[in-house]
Amino acid sequence: MIDFIVRRLIAIIPVLTVVAVLVFLMLRLTPGDPAAVIAGDNATSDQIADIRTKLGLNEPIWTQFVIWIGNMLQGNFGESFFFKKTVGELIAQRIEPTLALAVCTLIFAVSISVPIGVLAAYRQGSVLDRVVMGFSVVGFSVPGFVIGYCLIYVFAIELGWLPVQGYIRIGVNFWGFLERMILPSLTLSVGFIALISRITRASVLEVLNEDYIRTARAKGLSNRVVLMRHALRNAAVPILTVIGLGIAILIGGAVVTESVFGLPGLGRLTVEAVLSRDFPTIQAVILMFSVVYVVVNLLIDISYTLFDPRIRY
Amino acid sequence: MKHIMRRTLGAMAAGAVLAAAGPVLAQSKTLKVVQHGNLTILDPVWTTAYVTRNHGYLIYDTLFAADGDYVAKPQMVDKYTVSPDKTVWTFTLRDGLEWHDGKPVTSEDCIASLQRWGKRDAMGTKLMDFVKEFKAVDGKTFQMILKEPYGLVLDTLAKPSSHVPFMMPKAVAETDAFKQFGVYTGSGPFIYQATESKPGERHVYLKNPKYKPRAEAPSGLAGGKVAKVDRVEIIEMPDPQQQVNALITGEIDIIEAPPHDLLPVLKKDKNIALDDWNPLGHVFVIRFNHLVKPFDNAKIRLAALYAINQEDYLKATVGDPAYYKVCGAAFICGTPNASTKGTEELLIKSNFEKSKALLKEAGYDGTPVVLMQSTTLPILTNTAPVTKALLEKGGFKVDMQSMDWQTLVTRRTKKDAPSAGGWNVFHTYSVSADALNPISNSYFVANGEKSSWFGWPNDPEMEKLRDAYAKETDPAKAKALAEAVQLRALETAQFGWIGQWYGPGARRTNVTGWLKAPVPVFWNIEKK
Repeated sequence: MIDFIVRRLIAIIPVLTVVAVLVFLMLRLTPGDPAAVIAGDNATSDQIADIRTKLGLNEPIWTQFVIWIGNMLQGNFGESFFFKKTVGELIAQRIEPTLALAVCTLIFAVSISVPIGVLAAYRQGSVLDRVVMGFSVVGFSVPGFVIGYCLIYVFAIELGWLPVQGYIRIGVNFWGFLERMILPSLTLSVGFIALISRITRASVLEVLNEDYIRTARAKGLSNRVVLMRHALRNAAVPILTVIGLGIAILIGGAVVTESVFGLPGLGRLTVEAVLSRDFPTIQAVILMFSVVYVVVNLLIDISYTLFDPRIRY
Repeated sequence: MKHIMRRTLGAMAAGAVLAAAGPVLAQSKTLKVVQHGNLTILDPVWTTAYVTRNHGYLIYDTLFAADGDYVAKPQMVDKYTVSPDKTVWTFTLRDGLEWHDGKPVTSEDCIASLQRWGKRDAMGTKLMDFVKEFKAVDGKTFQMILKEPYGLVLDTLAKPSSHVPFMMPKAVAETDAFKQFGVYTGSGPFIYQATESKPGERHVYLKNPKYKPRAEAPSGLAGGKVAKVDRVEIIEMPDPQQQVNALITGEIDIIEAPPHDLLPVLKKDKNIALDDWNPLGHVFVIRFNHLVKPFDNAKIRLAALYAINQEDYLKATVGDPAYYKVCGAAFICGTPNASTKGTEELLIKSNFEKSKALLKEAGYDGTPVVLMQSTTLPILTNTAPVTKALLEKGGFKVDMQSMDWQTLVTRRTKKDAPSAGGWNVFHTYSVSADALNPISNSYFVANGEKSSWFGWPNDPEMEKLRDAYAKETDPAKAKALAEAVQLRALETAQFGWIGQWYGPGARRTNVTGWLKAPVPVFWNIEKK
C-alpha cells in the first residue's frame, strides 16, 4: 500500500509539469495584455509599455517560464499583477468559501443521491424509480445558473427565507454561514445528485442480481441488511469512482455558482483573474486545482480497499 | 409557513447577534454599495479604473474640486494667489489637515503627490510641461512656478475623474509612478480598513473622526465632505441580476450603475429609488486607426463620419430615450465648452450618398475595414453591429471581429495592419467628466505615435489649437478655441463622438443625500 501511495505521489510530478507548461503557454499565447488592462482606458501606448516592462512581461517567454517554475519550486507563487498581494495570500483568503461550498455540496449530494439511487434500484420500474431517473435527466441537463436563479427567486425573493447572495465566514457567524451556504450548495449539488443517483442505481441493480444476494436473502436477512451491507458495499467502487471524477464537475460548477451567489471563492478568483489576464494568479489556481483533483482521486483509489477487500495495492 | 420559517430563522439570527454583537449593532450605520466593477487596484495613480478612482475619493482629498457647475473650488487649499504675470501660484493649506495616521498634511506631501500624478495623467503631464519648479514655502504653503502662463491650472488640480490629483503622504507619493504602492493612508473623510477588507468580497471604510470638512454646503465634488454613516462597505458582486435581487431584499443599499434592461424591475419596487447622480453621463466614441489603410486617408474617415448617426447607436445600446441624448457637442452638452458647430451635417444624421461620393473621390479599393467588437462590456456590445450596418450602407466593406474587452484593449495597442493583427476601427466610452475640454479629453491628442491615444492621429494644426487653449486664461477666448478644436477634429475626421448616455444609480429609499457629481461619492449620504 505504501509503495502504491508513493508511486502515485511521484506520478503527480509529470502530471503537474505538463499542466504547468500548458497553462503557462496557453496564457502567453492567448490574446490579452495585463499591462493594457491595468493601465486603463485613458493610457497611452508608452504608458502601457512602461507597465509591461515593470511586470517583466517583456522578458522572453522561456525566461519568464524558468523564473516562474523556479519560484514555484521554492513555494513562491508570485505576486498578483492587480491585487497588491502574493498569490499565496489571495488563495488563502479565497479557499474557505470554495472548500465550504465543496464540502456542503458533497454532503448534500451524497446524502441524497445514494439513498435514492439504492431505493430506485430496489424498486426498479416503480414510480419512485421513474421519478429518480426523470430527475437525473433534468438535473443533469439544466445549467447550474438556471437552477441557482430559480432557487433565489423562490427562496430569497418570494419567500424571503434565505439571503440572495454573499458569504459570512464560519468563524464569524455560524448561522449566517449556513444561511448563505444552503442555496449555492443546493444549486451545485443538483447535477451531482443526478450523476451519483444514476450510477448508484445501476451499480446496485447489477449487484442485486448476483448469487450472493440471493444467498443472503435465502439466509433470511432483512432487506435493509441485504441492501446496506451486501448490495451497497459491493456497489461502492463505481460510486466512489464517480464521486472522484465529479470533483472536476464540482470545480467547474464552483466557478459559475460562486459568481451567481457572490461567493468570494477560488472559482470567482479564477474568473476575475482570467478576465483581467492576471497570469500569476491563473497559473497558481489552475495548478492548485490539478493537485486537488489528483490527490482526491488518489484518496478515492485508497478508499476502494475499505469497501472491497479483493482490491490490494 | 413563510412567517413560521421567518420566525425560526429570526430566532437563529438572534443567537448569531449574541455571538457577533459588535458588527451587527454597527450595521444600522453601514452603507453597503455595489459598484460597476470589482475593486482590485487601490493605487489611483497606477490605473485609470473608475472603481479605483471612487476608492480614491473615499480616502483621499484633493487640493481643489469641481463644484456642481464644474467650477474649480478650493478643497484642501484654504487660500491661493497668483502673481500678476500668472506664473507663480501660491497655495496655502487649510488648518488642521491630518493624514489618517495622525501626522499633519504638509506642503512636501502635496508637491510629491502632484509630481507622481503628473507623470501619469494626460492633463497632469500637460501641466508639468509648464511647471518650472515647485517650492515649499513652509509646512502649509507651497508654490508652483510656471515657465509661462497656463490657463488650466485650477481646472487641472480640480480634475474630477481619472486620474484625479489625490494628495498622499510624501513617503507614499515617492513610489515610482509605474509601480503600485501598498500603503493606503489618505486624509479624506473615510479610512480604509486593509485588514478587514478582502478583495473579491468587500472593501471596508470607517468614518474618519478627525476629518475637518469645509464649512460650505456640498456641491458636486466641492464643499463640505461630511461623512454621515459610520462605515462604508463596497461589496463585490459581479452579477447585475444578483445586484438587483440584493437591493430588492435590502441586503445592499446602493447599486452605482444597474444595467438599463433591469431598470424597469427596480422602478416597480416602492422601496427603491433611481438617482441620476451623474447628470453629465457618458459619451460613446468611434476611433479610427490613422496609421493603416484605409483610415490613414482623411477623406475615408470623413466618409465614415457621414455614414454614422448618434441616434442609431443610442437606440441600440441604451434603448430608452430618457437615458440618452443626441448631442453634437464634443465637450458635452450643458457644459461651458459645449458647441454643436460643425455637426449640422455630421454625426447627427447619416448621409450615405455623401459617404459613397467621398469614398469614390478617395479611391477606396473595397478592402474590408476590421471593426473590433467587444462582447463583454454590455453597453458597448451593440455599437459595433450598428457601425457595420451604417458603414456598409455608406459604401464600406466591413469585417466585424468579436472579442472580449481585454483582448480588444490589447489589440488596439498594435500599430500593424489588420492582416498582421492590427485593426481599423473600434468603439469605447468615457465618463463625460473626462471629456470637458481639449486637454482632459485624450481623444483629441494628435501628436502621432508620441502620445496620441490609440489610433495615433497626427495633426500639428490640432496640437497648435490645443496648446493655445491650454495657455488661454480668458474663459471666452478659451471657449472659442475649444470650438475651433472641435471643428478641426471634424474637418480631419480625427474620431467621432457618437452620443451621450446616462445610467441612474439605484438606492433603497431609506438612503438619502446622494450628491449629484461626475463621480459616485459617499459622503453626505444618510441611512435611516
